[in-house]
Amino acid sequence: MKTFRLPRSDTFAAIETLARQRIVLLDGAMGTMIQRLGLDEDAYAGRSGGVACPHPTDLPQKGNNDLLSLTQPDAIEAIHFEFAMAGADIVETNTFSSTTIAQADYGLGAAVEDLNVAAVRAARRAVDRATAIDGRPRFVAGAVGPTNRTASLSPDVNDPGFRAVSFDDLRAAYGQQIAALIAGGADLILIETIFDTLNAKAAIFACFEAFAAHGRRLPVMISGTITDASGRTLSGQTPTAFWHSVRHARPFSIGLNCALGAAAMRPHMAEISGIAETLTCAYPNAGLPNAFGQYDEGPDETAAQIGDFAQAGLVNIVGGCCGTTPDHIRAMAEAVAGHAPRKVPGHD
Amino acid sequence: MTDRLLRLSGLEPFVLTPEIPFVNIGERTNVTGSARFRKLITNRDYAAALEVARDQVENGAQIIDINMDEGLIDSKAVMIEFLNLLAAEPDIARVPVMIDSSKWEVIEAGLQCVQGKPVVNSISMKEGEAQFREQAELCLAYGAAVVVMAFDEQGQADTCARKTEICARAYRILVDEVGFPPQDIIFDPNIFAVATGIPEHDNYGVDFIEATRWIRANLPHVHVSGGVSNLSFSFRGNEPVREAMHAVFLYYAIAAGMDMGIVNAGQLAVYDQIDPELREACEDVVLNRRADATERLLDLAERFRGDGKREERVRDLAWRDWPVEKRIEHALVNGITEFIDADTEAARQAARRPLDVIEGPLMAGMNVVGDLFGAGKMFLPQVVKSARVMKQAVALLLPYMEEEKRLSGAAARENAGRILMATVKGDVHDIGKNIVGVVLACNNYEIIDLGVMVPPQKILETARREKVDAIGLSGLITPSLVEMVHLAAEMEREGFDIPLLIGGATTSKVHTAVKIAPGYGRGQTVHVNDASRAVGVVSNLLSPDNKAGFVAAIRAEYADVADKHARGEAAKSRLPLQAARDNALKLDWDAYAPARPTFAGTRVIDDWDLAEIATYIDWTPFFRAWELKGVYPRILEDEAQGEAARALFADARAMLDRIVAERWFGPRAVVGFWPANAVGDDIRVFADDGRDAELAVLHTLRQQTVKRGPRPNLALSDFVAPVGAAPDWIGGFVVTAGPEEAAVARRFEEAGDDYSAILVKALADRIAEAMAEMLHARVRRELWGTSPDEDFAPDDLTAEPYKGIRPAPGYPAQPDHTEKRTLFALLDAEAATGVRLTESMAMWPGSTVSGLYIGHPESYYFGVGKVERDQVVDYAARKGMDPAEAERWLAPILNYVPGGDAAVAAE
Repeated sequence: MKTFRLPRSDTFAAIETLARQRIVLLDGAMGTMIQRLGLDEDAYAGRSGGVACPHPTDLPQKGNNDLLSLTQPDAIEAIHFEFAMAGADIVETNTFSSTTIAQADYGLGAAVEDLNVAAVRAARRAVDRATAIDGRPRFVAGAVGPTNRTASLSPDVNDPGFRAVSFDDLRAAYGQQIAALIAGGADLILIETIFDTLNAKAAIFACFEAFAAHGRRLPVMISGTITDASGRTLSGQTPTAFWHSVRHARPFSIGLNCALGAAAMRPHMAEISGIAETLTCAYPNAGLPNAFGQYDEGPDETAAQIGDFAQAGLVNIVGGCCGTTPDHIRAMAEAVAGHAPRKVPGHD
Repeated sequence: MTDRLLRLSGLEPFVLTPEIPFVNIGERTNVTGSARFRKLITNRDYAAALEVARDQVENGAQIIDINMDEGLIDSKAVMIEFLNLLAAEPDIARVPVMIDSSKWEVIEAGLQCVQGKPVVNSISMKEGEAQFREQAELCLAYGAAVVVMAFDEQGQADTCARKTEICARAYRILVDEVGFPPQDIIFDPNIFAVATGIPEHDNYGVDFIEATRWIRANLPHVHVSGGVSNLSFSFRGNEPVREAMHAVFLYYAIAAGMDMGIVNAGQLAVYDQIDPELREACEDVVLNRRADATERLLDLAERFRGDGKREERVRDLAWRDWPVEKRIEHALVNGITEFIDADTEAARQAARRPLDVIEGPLMAGMNVVGDLFGAGKMFLPQVVKSARVMKQAVALLLPYMEEEKRLSGAAARENAGRILMATVKGDVHDIGKNIVGVVLACNNYEIIDLGVMVPPQKILETARREKVDAIGLSGLITPSLVEMVHLAAEMEREGFDIPLLIGGATTSKVHTAVKIAPGYGRGQTVHVNDASRAVGVVSNLLSPDNKAGFVAAIRAEYADVADKHARGEAAKSRLPLQAARDNALKLDWDAYAPARPTFAGTRVIDDWDLAEIATYIDWTPFFRAWELKGVYPRILEDEAQGEAARALFADARAMLDRIVAERWFGPRAVVGFWPANAVGDDIRVFADDGRDAELAVLHTLRQQTVKRGPRPNLALSDFVAPVGAAPDWIGGFVVTAGPEEAAVARRFEEAGDDYSAILVKALADRIAEAMAEMLHARVRRELWGTSPDEDFAPDDLTAEPYKGIRPAPGYPAQPDHTEKRTLFALLDAEAATGVRLTESMAMWPGSTVSGLYIGHPESYYFGVGKVERDQVVDYAARKGMDPAEAERWLAPILNYVPGGDAAVAAE
């Protein structure tokens, strides 16, 4: 694997230049926007309007958001477009669960390549339209989720040595997804919502293999999630230990997303920002979910906290996760506009 | 990159900063470096193996080296299993691991199991540059630092020139071609043995040190490591000299730039404290300063062998000039009985009343002891010795107090509470109970000890009559658990509400929370398994202020434990018995020719030599009985516990000498062999070689856990040839140190010397275990002859390097204690040895060991684990036992709640 000797992908330099000039904006929550559409089972499966799923199964598909890239491509494109026009420089593909492992529950393992390719294309169409309007360049990040299995934790408390998924299982599933994202035309790879670092290491390994096959190296963004008050990942690592574990990817950015909202994220972001010799990225939820699982934090509230991240010099890239809408992104863009991007330690 | 520091991680980060002069890599989880760890791994005792890892981390290891390279185990599978288990232990997984193997496939399997940034140990150019490059690139892709051995196609580098040339070449490939971060490279330029008598080896120490200096000066950002114990290989067996050589070597190597190493920290002398003469001789050898360095060190070595370096401490009696209160405190803290009578008498004459001596200087001194114990600065054997001093002082005061009471009718002294202690019906083990009793007594509790095999009614009657404040129950064998559940229910029924304390080897917090505590709702049941916790628990339970909060916390904790247990049970999947049998171990019987024992039937062995038995003693469990945790002999040098361990060991050796010289015990044993063949999960034992007349049937239980991969569901019968396959045999034995132990212990107790009473019991236990080890060796070499050429020294046997096993009924491979009845009947054991079985199948006297002998070379120890109802029903039918009775005996291993109202009512 000669990853770091491969030539960089075509848009690598343009993204790097943008990040040097100012704080870069990611988009917000795809799931929240899809929820607003109130789609039913038939709409998910593409049976009433939309495009019929080319991989029919008998299993219910409602809630399989990634499938909408195939069955409701216009709706997905419209969401991307809204985020792009709200100020996002990078939009994330609707592929959080587009691996054979995460799609197994829906019986759509065979659809994985189509899901990823269709998702990149929908995002690409949206950003191209937006760029045609205002001339600002935009990029597509292929989103790689954590899957629903953990490689370094046992799901069985009585059998701590057991593992529901192996490194090689993950590496193969991620490899297939990442190759399809690259084939579809993604500009970056975003390994996100990492709750188990070993899963992320398998995804990094898969990136290296996919880049070698592709002959080009794409920028890789890595984003963990700290889900409880102990300040550790689900698999038990501190933010610094997490950074040490993924640093070999020489990522374009390292950061945190999702979890408990911006306020709870701040000390961990500060820790990472203080040690990482690369760009940092934060895209929290719109606060904590309420009793009904909804996010109450309004655009101004979230944006004020992100603005504080920027003022403190903690971030190079910002955006939103669960509960954040185009209004949140628009407010964030305004909040960070006056602030210089974080200075990367050791970069001149 | 801002800096070029080696950054690793487990759950927590590790950065090798310039402030850290030397990283000591723990090597006790290395099967090639630790005989104990190898034994644990080959026996699949992962729980104990994890403890080894935990100890290392607790003792400050910054990285732990894990090596499973052992010919007899599947290194790759075991590496995966161990790393996965380790990941579930946050207090171990917080440090980075070093994945150590000579096989790349084992390393790669390990790399796929760790979420942190590990170190690979090692890669080299041994098989050429292409493979080296490929493995380095994979390390980079997995995100690992690497140890690179100075090894190339020509072999391991021995001279400074070869070492530096290979490391320079490796550096160029890694950094310039592969793009490996130089700070993630650790060179190991090979530490070889010096002072071997071969002149070519004389400069190996210098070669390493000079190569290190060159590497650090010329290859930017890299690190240098090495395995230090190789250096002193030719002085095996002479630990003081080895330690001195290591210390001297490290002193110079670290100065030259060696910044990591695999060193046994417990076996390292302090450079400045080495005897100057020895140090100079070591320096001559390590630095190759003179031609006759080796001879001179060899000459000197004998003088420093063994305990030579630890000189008898000069008796310092300056404390005798202190005021009497301080003298008493000093005597208590240091466990010195020599002057206590005189000091107590002096205090008494100065005091107004004899009671004032107890409540004044004696209690003040014991409070100091209690505080030091609580702070971990004193250890159990020392506290028990303090108690002996206290008892002696109180004994001297007692007549004066009686006299005073007779004259004035004044009240007796107040104590903190009255605790009844007992080993439950059917059980004979009491060392742990006695220790807890002594520690509580030290803290001013009055102890009523009812001894062993105490029936429940006697416990309850005494508790009521004596108005005790709490009851403590102890038990070692599994049927005692059922007794404890019963006693708790009786306390509830009879309206008691005092606290119930549960302890002993077989008890657990889960069992207490799930089975005992719920049956006694009026009072609180608490599991207290070590003496150091007992005082805190009892004082909270008896404190009017703290009790409510403490009980509430215990109840919440136990509810949580019970809940987790219930959920765990629900999630557990077990195989149906038939499926488990289908996955039995299938040995190749065609290739097996069973050895024929030298005799059939039984033989009594009474020509025991106590002195010889003593050489077979495994001391590690002896220290564990005193709550000193660590491996003998290393525990003697332990930084924290070493002093206590050495004192205890000296006392034990002294008593052992008396046991041998004065023949305190009369060891006895019986051993037997019979033709035997397996039928299903049973082993049929025949009267003679015709194999027609059946003498008995040994029943065995089969594992029902769902196994991953090719592992079988074992039963002991799998190790015995099935009928018709081969003319196999089975053996059995009972060994006992003899019944004299109880009388000896009683004599000490009556003299107020609990310390010696506990000591003699602990030694009797070790003697019985040593006899079992010694007899087994004799069986293998001679009586059965399964390994006639075996030639292990007694010390080596601790690691169980031999072939064949001696499983005991009631232990993990056959958890049913009632199988002892069959074994005892076959051996006519009671007549032959005087050992008898209690109603709970405990063996009396307590210092007794029994078991079967299985000869097959591939047999090994395992745990049956939990069993399902289908097996219990089948097992009961095979044994001709009522299923409800079988459930009672197997209660601790049932994977279900015994069904049917009848069974519940019977409990």
